[in-house]
Amino acid sequence: MTIALETRNLEKTFGGLRVTRDLSLRIAQGARHALIGPNGAGKTTVINQLTGVLKPNSGRILLEGQDITDLPVHRRVLRGLSRTFQINQLYADLTPLETIGLAVSERLGHGGDWWRRMGTRSDVNGEIADLLTRFHLLDVMNEQTVTLPYGKQRLLEIAVAIAAKPRVLLLDEPAAGVPESERHDILAVVGSLPRDVTVLLIEHDMDLVFSFADRISVLVSGALLTEGPPDQVARDPQVKAVYLGEEAVNV
Amino acid sequence: MSASSDVGFHAQRQARWHYGEAAFWLVVLACGFLFPSRYLIMTDILRLALFAMSLDLILGYAGIVSLGHAAFFGVGAYAAGLLALHGIINEPVLALIAAGLAAMVLGFAASFLVIRGVDLTRLMVTLGIALLLEALAERFSNITGGTDGLQGIDMQPILGQIPFDMFGKAGFFYSLAVLFVLFLLARRIVHSPFGLSLRAIKNNPLRAAAIGIPVNRRLIAIYTVAAFYAGIAGALFTQTTAIASLDVFAFERSADLMLVLVIGGTGYLYGGLIGAVIFRILQEVFSTITPQYWQFWIGLVLVVIVLVGRQRLHYGVLYLPNLLIKQIGGRKAIVTVPESDA
Amino acid sequence: MTSILTNLFDGVAYGMLLFVLACGLAVTLGLMNFVNLAHGAFAMAGGYVCMLLVNQHGWPFFAALPLAFVSAAAIGIVLERTLYRHLYARSHLDQVLFTIGLTFMSVAAVDYIQGSSRVFINLPDALQGQFDVFGVGIGRYRLMIIVICGLLTVGLQMVLAKTRFGSRLRAAVDDPRAASGLGINVPQVFAFTFAFGCGLAGLGGALSAEILGLDPYFPLKFMIYFLIVVTVGGSSSITGPFLASLLLGIGDVAGKYYVPKMGPFVIYTMMIVILIWRPNGLFGRTAAR
Repeated sequence: MTIALETRNLEKTFGGLRVTRDLSLRIAQGARHALIGPNGAGKTTVINQLTGVLKPNSGRILLEGQDITDLPVHRRVLRGLSRTFQINQLYADLTPLETIGLAVSERLGHGGDWWRRMGTRSDVNGEIADLLTRFHLLDVMNEQTVTLPYGKQRLLEIAVAIAAKPRVLLLDEPAAGVPESERHDILAVVGSLPRDVTVLLIEHDMDLVFSFADRISVLVSGALLTEGPPDQVARDPQVKAVYLGEEAVNV
Repeated sequence: MSASSDVGFHAQRQARWHYGEAAFWLVVLACGFLFPSRYLIMTDILRLALFAMSLDLILGYAGIVSLGHAAFFGVGAYAAGLLALHGIINEPVLALIAAGLAAMVLGFAASFLVIRGVDLTRLMVTLGIALLLEALAERFSNITGGTDGLQGIDMQPILGQIPFDMFGKAGFFYSLAVLFVLFLLARRIVHSPFGLSLRAIKNNPLRAAAIGIPVNRRLIAIYTVAAFYAGIAGALFTQTTAIASLDVFAFERSADLMLVLVIGGTGYLYGGLIGAVIFRILQEVFSTITPQYWQFWIGLVLVVIVLVGRQRLHYGVLYLPNLLIKQIGGRKAIVTVPESDA
Repeated sequence: MTSILTNLFDGVAYGMLLFVLACGLAVTLGLMNFVNLAHGAFAMAGGYVCMLLVNQHGWPFFAALPLAFVSAAAIGIVLERTLYRHLYARSHLDQVLFTIGLTFMSVAAVDYIQGSSRVFINLPDALQGQFDVFGVGIGRYRLMIIVICGLLTVGLQMVLAKTRFGSRLRAAVDDPRAASGLGINVPQVFAFTFAFGCGLAGLGGALSAEILGLDPYFPLKFMIYFLIVVTVGGSSSITGPFLASLLLGIGDVAGKYYVPKMGPFVIYTMMIVILIWRPNGLFGRTAAR
């Protein structure tokens, strides 16, 4: 089994508060791995360390065996680690066409090209067209992103991450906030990701987790509680206690 | 049409020339023949337009707020003056480029300070650099002429052929040619993947990095290019007026520049050109009301523009031109005003 | 040796003055995240009010000082209620443009009413001249500045740390929504804080006429100093801006005394070095805000 993404003894503190505790994760090549946990378990903090937005206090992060702990955000993307955001992080003024075009250009190394106009490279155009079609965005490609319905923005959010042709994709609650009517598109897109792309899914929605993941890690208070295949995790009394506890609080 | 070529077509939508743009430049050119007695003020407007275009590149596209853009204007102005005064480079076009490069070097060095820290730090750094240069120019008066400025600059003919005349005709067409060439270059830059990545950085730096854009490197690049443009504008100032004095670095110059750009609108390149015309007209009007205190009215205009809302203002002002473009050109308005500032 | 101490003394006085002038900005800019480049205009207003009261109406200097505070605070609260509060949520660019506009208007207006030359406030005899302490020349006026500004600083620190208002302000700044949920009148807290900062600037303006010089261009000339105090000092407490003010004051005085030819460059060089070393200020700013 080759390991696509690995953390070794990751530690992160915010002013005395330990938000990531000695976290060691191993995510296999081609896996559909889910990272779950109750609110405030530190899931997004983990993602932010994996992608380089936050620096861990100690511990290492390895992408396909290579240490990427000290690389800046954009270098990790070029190495094949891409992400979506829990809350859409898009370019309000740009169109889907421009947004995806930019991501494709950057990946193919044309991002710093200041002389050739956008849209004059047929390889880039082909990929943009392909992505726009796959993500049902072709009909709105010239609209400003900020004017798009939420579901379309969510699709664009994922499309941008895919445009970087990641080998490891981090999905941070891809279906969060999407109305029921538009949910189907998102799930279909997530389900149809190529098998050679390793996916780490951060999710709250247990239906989505159990229908999608082949392996689940449970994070509680920044530390790994347990890990295993879905049926095993579902039966785990510790996990039940954590989630029942949360529900009890919610009630 | 296949989806791919369709995408290519739409991706170049903004980059294609529109009738409105061609008409704009023809009108500018026509002004050169229609108002031969107004060359000096028209040249002044062209310089200001170029200077504002420079600010637009960093403010309108990359979202960097600068309080001291006059620093690069001033370096260009003094560089051109010194080159001509000491006969180092006599040919104006070459001297112009050399002066632009001098400003560019400074811009490159300054950019490392500018990209660090938050908006607030940027304000202080940009303002500080301009003040520092002003103080330096005053201190080394043996080189710069101190408060008197550089005097007795004798400009050689352009390309060795066209001499600067006393009516400013040569100066006007020279400035127009420089402005147009640099406009073409800027137009090329903003419609390239590089230019698009700047808009992405302005919109959302976090996401920009998350799709692989090296944010700092791009900001350094555009800041350096903008410094080159400002330096050229400053050099044009010296070459067409044959003087360079300390006020090229003044804070008021940087502040006025922001007003120019804000009047014209940011992020579509024409803002600086249109703003420069309106700004000069306003200045003329205000100076006739209260010659000494026109700064008061400039301040009032700034306050009113912000209170009314820049976006609302531009939708109002550009309503007619956009309508015309839609009618004649049969396409979407060129002049959309993208606004979501840093 | 004694000249070093005299310079140090002058620098401390200058620095404390800068602190009183700029600490209002440290709050609006640092805590409320509002870029108010017109801050110097409030200082100028206080200075001119004090000058008019003392020189033309024969008020005693110490009676005119509180009035400088009150008048600047009054102008501050009027502008805050009518104009500034609409701009809290706007982009930094809008705030910059708006406050530069106000600055230009204030400069031209004061120039129009009072003329463009530097004005002086008639000081009581007790504040003039200097006396020696072990050979160190102590200017009476500067000593008074150190005493007044020192007391103000201690008072401010107490208000912010110990009083209910202080905790309300910190709550309102940290999370306006949560604060108003707790029953704190956030706009009122902001308005009061803004006005108080303007008042301090007005007082500083009156005190600084003797040392910094007071003319219509005051707001433009000292804009960079205020910005340096806030950026270098950071905004996590008022201790940062206070130390930055002292550093700036001592650096500027020493620079002008020991390397007169390079005088103005000393502080700019200091500023650049500090920023290269600590881009978010010496005493750390919360980068997110």
